[in-house]
Amino acid sequence: MTTIINVPHSLEDKSFEQVLDQVAPLPLDEKIIVDTRHARWASPYGLTALLALAQSRVERPVLYVPEAENVSSYWSRMDFFKHAAELYELQGRVKNPRSAAETSVLLEVTSISKSDDVHIVVDKIQQRAQDALVKNLNLDAKITMRFTMALSEVCQNIVEHAGRGGWVAVQTYTWRVRLGGRKVVVIAVCDPGIGFRQSLESAPGFQRRDRWDDGQALEETVMRGASRFRDPGRGQGLAGVRKFVGTWDGKLSIRSGTARIAVLPKGDWDEDEPLLENLSYFPGAQVQITIPERVA
Amino acid sequence: MINHIDVSSMLRKSVCELYSNLVTRPTGAAVRCEIEQELDRIGDRALTVIDFSHVGLLDFSCADEIVAKLLLQYVSIDTPRREVYFLFRGISESHMDAIETVLERHKLALVTQHPDGQSRLIGIVDVDHRRAWEVICQLGAGASADVANATGVSREEAERTLDNLWRRRLVIRHDDGYVAVGSATAPVENTRLDA
Repeated sequence: MTTIINVPHSLEDKSFEQVLDQVAPLPLDEKIIVDTRHARWASPYGLTALLALAQSRVERPVLYVPEAENVSSYWSRMDFFKHAAELYELQGRVKNPRSAAETSVLLEVTSISKSDDVHIVVDKIQQRAQDALVKNLNLDAKITMRFTMALSEVCQNIVEHAGRGGWVAVQTYTWRVRLGGRKVVVIAVCDPGIGFRQSLESAPGFQRRDRWDDGQALEETVMRGASRFRDPGRGQGLAGVRKFVGTWDGKLSIRSGTARIAVLPKGDWDEDEPLLENLSYFPGAQVQITIPERVA
Repeated sequence: MINHIDVSSMLRKSVCELYSNLVTRPTGAAVRCEIEQELDRIGDRALTVIDFSHVGLLDFSCADEIVAKLLLQYVSIDTPRREVYFLFRGISESHMDAIETVLERHKLALVTQHPDGQSRLIGIVDVDHRRAWEVICQLGAGASADVANATGVSREEAERTLDNLWRRRLVIRHDDGYVAVGSATAPVENTRLDA
């Protein structure tokens, strides 16, 4: 049996839940067709999560590529199809990238599976981040190094904890729905690995509590710096990322298993819930960091 | 004797010729091992400048591996491994974010030196100890009597404080007194630790 998974026109972290609602009930070895033909836009989260979705399936899925030329060529520009071709059977015509000089792309979809990959990502982003963050988003020059640090830390979570490879992408875009058209820079890091709960459960001497679920695991890790390692130096990475988003009025959200935790901005540009539970199951961890443009 | 370790060179030597950023835990561990090998070559008593001037990015994992774990091995109230003192140079504002975070986590402290020669004590140090360190730093070199006079504590208390700072390798003990690590006015360059 084959099931068609309809992808929403606008594919980002919230709307990706619609995809997971369709996929989660299906057996892992059931063939799926992911239909992006009518997609009009996808965030870095949407693209990286689509790749993680394919990795999570036993049976190689089919991807109907977007019909709109500008969408297809933009996904090409983001190197999405380059990686998707390894994981999906692509059906439909993939357009070439329109322009290699697409300034909104800070980092194309990039595979992360080992420490060297993090070095490559950091080297790449440093060359592009200064202009994008300081000139286009009016942020203080101090942000560039901190932004890269945050990116490095979230990528390392894959290498250190996921147990299998994942994806990262970084892009700037104008957020029309919220923020009244303000620009944002978004980092998305998605993997289909063991996730936060299973990672903590592998800690030596771990004892399950009365209430122990994905939401608790996220709270322990993100809010209290817990780690599966006994080394007290562990768990600082995400704490540093939290501090970074707090300083720049940004947002951090992490989904793992059936829950999603969000560290929300002090400003009123986002009205998300701090913790969402009982979501459709998706393995691994999906991280998104959003930093908004500074306005006077 | 003062030794100089360029962290960027250690990175290129131990991990990859092309890297200039200190990111990821394995990278940090490799660089620390390289620094430790260097320290093994320079004897049991030394002042070593750890220079970050040519390091681009330092993330939390690398700061933990290089700075915190290095200090944990050589700086301890109970059983310091050897009499090795560290002076950190070339620390940028963004390096400082990562370094201060790991120092806080492990309750450690270190001395940084700025380009103008001024030194600063960063990390976890209580008020009395910080004051004592500043007194020694301002004097260039001093003894418990100097700290007692300047801070109003008893000489015994001042001696205990200085002994604690010495065990944490934040002051250098020599002859009858102490020199602050990185003291701007002390003739540190001429201090022979192996005397």
